[in-house]
Amino acid sequence: MAVPAVAPRRLEGLDRALPVWVAAALALVFLMGLPLGWLAWMSVSGESGFTFRHYEKVVADPALRRALWNTVVMAFWVGLASVAVGAPLAWLTARTDVPGRGLIRALVLASFVTPPFLGAFAWVMLAGPNAGLLNRLWRSATGAEAPLLNIFSMPGLIFVVTIYTFPYVYIMVANTLALIASDLEEAGAILGAGRLWVALTITLPMVLPALASGFILALLQALALFGSPAILALPAGFHTVTTQIWSLFQFPPKVEMAAAFSLPLFLATALLLAAQKRLLGRRGYAAVGGKGGARRVIALGRWRLPALAACLAVMACAIFLPYGILAKAAFSRAWAQPLTWSNLTLKNFTFTFFEYSATQAAIVNTLELGVLTATVGAGLVALLAYVTSRRLVIGHQVIAFFALAPVVIPGVVLAVALFIAYTRPPFLLYGTLWILFIAYLTKEMPVGYAQADATFRGIPTELEDAGRILGAGRFRVLRDVTAPLARSGIIAAWCFVFIGVIRELSASIILFTPSTKVMSVVLFDLKEEGQFGAIAVLGLVMLALTFATVALVQAVLGRDVLGARD
Amino acid sequence: MLMRSLLAVFIILSLLPTGEAGAQTPLVEAAKREGKVVWYTSLALPSAEKVAKLFEAAYPGIKVEVHRTGSQRILQRVMQELQANIKNVDVVHTSDAGHFVLLKDKKLLARHTPAGVERFPAGFKDKDGYYYGLRATVNVIAYNTQKVTAAEAPKTWKDLLDPKWKGRMVTAHPGYSGVIATHVLALVHLHGWEYFQALARNQLMLVQSAVDPSGVVASGERPVAVNGGEYTFYQSKKQGNPVEIVYPKEGVPLVVSPTAITSFAPHPQAARLFTDFSFTREVQQVMADSEGLYTGQPEVKYPADKPKLTDLKLLTAEPEELEKRNEEIKKRFVEFFGA
Repeated sequence: MAVPAVAPRRLEGLDRALPVWVAAALALVFLMGLPLGWLAWMSVSGESGFTFRHYEKVVADPALRRALWNTVVMAFWVGLASVAVGAPLAWLTARTDVPGRGLIRALVLASFVTPPFLGAFAWVMLAGPNAGLLNRLWRSATGAEAPLLNIFSMPGLIFVVTIYTFPYVYIMVANTLALIASDLEEAGAILGAGRLWVALTITLPMVLPALASGFILALLQALALFGSPAILALPAGFHTVTTQIWSLFQFPPKVEMAAAFSLPLFLATALLLAAQKRLLGRRGYAAVGGKGGARRVIALGRWRLPALAACLAVMACAIFLPYGILAKAAFSRAWAQPLTWSNLTLKNFTFTFFEYSATQAAIVNTLELGVLTATVGAGLVALLAYVTSRRLVIGHQVIAFFALAPVVIPGVVLAVALFIAYTRPPFLLYGTLWILFIAYLTKEMPVGYAQADATFRGIPTELEDAGRILGAGRFRVLRDVTAPLARSGIIAAWCFVFIGVIRELSASIILFTPSTKVMSVVLFDLKEEGQFGAIAVLGLVMLALTFATVALVQAVLGRDVLGARD
Repeated sequence: MLMRSLLAVFIILSLLPTGEAGAQTPLVEAAKREGKVVWYTSLALPSAEKVAKLFEAAYPGIKVEVHRTGSQRILQRVMQELQANIKNVDVVHTSDAGHFVLLKDKKLLARHTPAGVERFPAGFKDKDGYYYGLRATVNVIAYNTQKVTAAEAPKTWKDLLDPKWKGRMVTAHPGYSGVIATHVLALVHLHGWEYFQALARNQLMLVQSAVDPSGVVASGERPVAVNGGEYTFYQSKKQGNPVEIVYPKEGVPLVVSPTAITSFAPHPQAARLFTDFSFTREVQQVMADSEGLYTGQPEVKYPADKPKLTDLKLLTAEPEELEKRNEEIKKRFVEFFGA
């Protein structure tokens, strides 16, 4: 009797694990293994077999070396500037009595979800050295000849990328501050330290890991960005790695060189993320952890209003000014002229929606891909996160690792890999929406997985155990206990993926074909032709879609999406 | 706007009774069964959409799918798609005549001679009958009249090398635009690569499309454009923007933009109908009137405030040479201008 009693249990375990493993392995092969394998192979394959020629050419080409150096410079400064902006903002909203904290958080969120290329485009209209609105105001106010700002420059690029990247630092720091009790800070204050001294010598060291990892996240964002350098760096006559990879696809295409040039970006990203993981994984900070202990609000006194003004100044750069100029351009005949009656028009709207035939198809494609990717993605991450958080199968850590792994693949690199893998038999997906679907699913998986994982970890297993003890099977418990509790978290994951998809440019720009254009690609096409009015209109549509989705998440979660608050 | 719509209606009406348009010829029938034509075009977006709308109005039931991008991007797209065995495009129209030499060599074009083109000038016709010039423009200098006076404006290509223009000029890109690739080759013939090397020292703003410099100059972002399709400046000027055009005395690079049907066209009949339509005198006249383009059609009348092609000293670039030196043009330009 003992033998048959053991056998079915083993079999049960096997049954459960097998489909999950097969599904995970298949997804892995199609989403990552095949494309990255092709990428690596392409980078070392010559006409007569194995060769390092492409790498030699990449290293030898001064233009490529310059692009690499520009990227390093840009990403480093973006990381630093993001810390300089994001950390104080996080401290102000998390710890002080600066007025309008809720508003500031909402605006940081708005900057977080604004497609960076739209911001870059708006800043062309604001700070183009001659026609830019701010420069014209500056000239008429001071009578100066020289422009105040030149957005077509390395500092300009760093500035624009930073104002949409600092939220990564903000989130890391604000969420850490929310976990640090004020005891130590109060002890310092009792011992006679001033507010600034306390902040510098006690709070700062405690959030240092968060700062460092925020720095790395910001740097990674900057590394992978395509739209902003294409809009701001190319007119100034310099390339970054992403724009350079993209231009290697020009006819005659140099896909092998693009592959060889993609690998440094991929390796840099992987190394940086490993560094970030180490930083966060350190357990040396006993004060961080748990939510015990009170967090005292620091009174700013007469610094309240200046602090608010500083926050709003950042937000003016990221939100008010760019959104304002986009709205103005959408309703103007000539964007650089004042908005008078004679300059007012709805023509940009009629042109964009009714005369420009690519728009409607692109909006439909974008929405289709958004819904499809978000739905499949949310289902997939829910399954994976459930399996891994409940440790249902052997090797669940491996599954978790691979669900998060795509973070290390920048969009352009992923696109190059997918292009190579899926423009040839047996999987001819180029030219269909499916190749974009695979790109988006891979790219958004980590975000969705992180959200779903947090959701399942937040649901106490006691409730499930109670259900099991009362005799319900695992599926019944899943249906009646876990699923209702997890629902809002999974809907949030759906929304995150959806927002990520509708703004995606860096992979789409390489993978689209004319019949599979998406909104971001159409925006980029319009940019290359200088159709400012139509860009503004379509940009506003994209923003409206994004904010509608954000509002949905907030309603579902009952809190803002930036992370833990109380 | 209203005038343009009226004009469009007028043109359609004038086409219906006389031209082939109204008649239900076998070609029209066959084209209608195919239902659409896919057009990869480098014609400026509003102009391309207008031609498409005219066609759709003349032949209800046949849709034109317009995919507008730069000439070089179109070639890239066509070749990329073929590599993946995608047969999507029916009609290819770019401003880099070299592309058509390449496509013809690779047997990717179908022979088709639209009615009436036999009377076009020689520069508009392929001797083997594969491609024909749909439209033409010239590259010019343009300036913003609010920022630059007529007296100080550059008069010749060499004037642009003056250091006083440093940081004040814009150029479009031969890696994107066929108009500009042709321009670069023509000026290399005239002044050599040293000219571009010297020009780059004036730190130009780089845009992509040959359409874009007119917008940049009109907004005043850079007061002087060192190239760009003359028709885009002309349109901008007509819309009341402070733009003036200079036709340099050394000559202006002529850009004839060919169109051809692909050998693998999924809608070959609609492609023929569309190509024939675009070469009718009426459509060619629209291009001259509202778009400010030149055409090869001998009866087309041009606006009185535009110089005739015959009055200009034209610099030409041979399609074969454009094809051969395509990569060199792009590479050296990037070398000098940085991106």
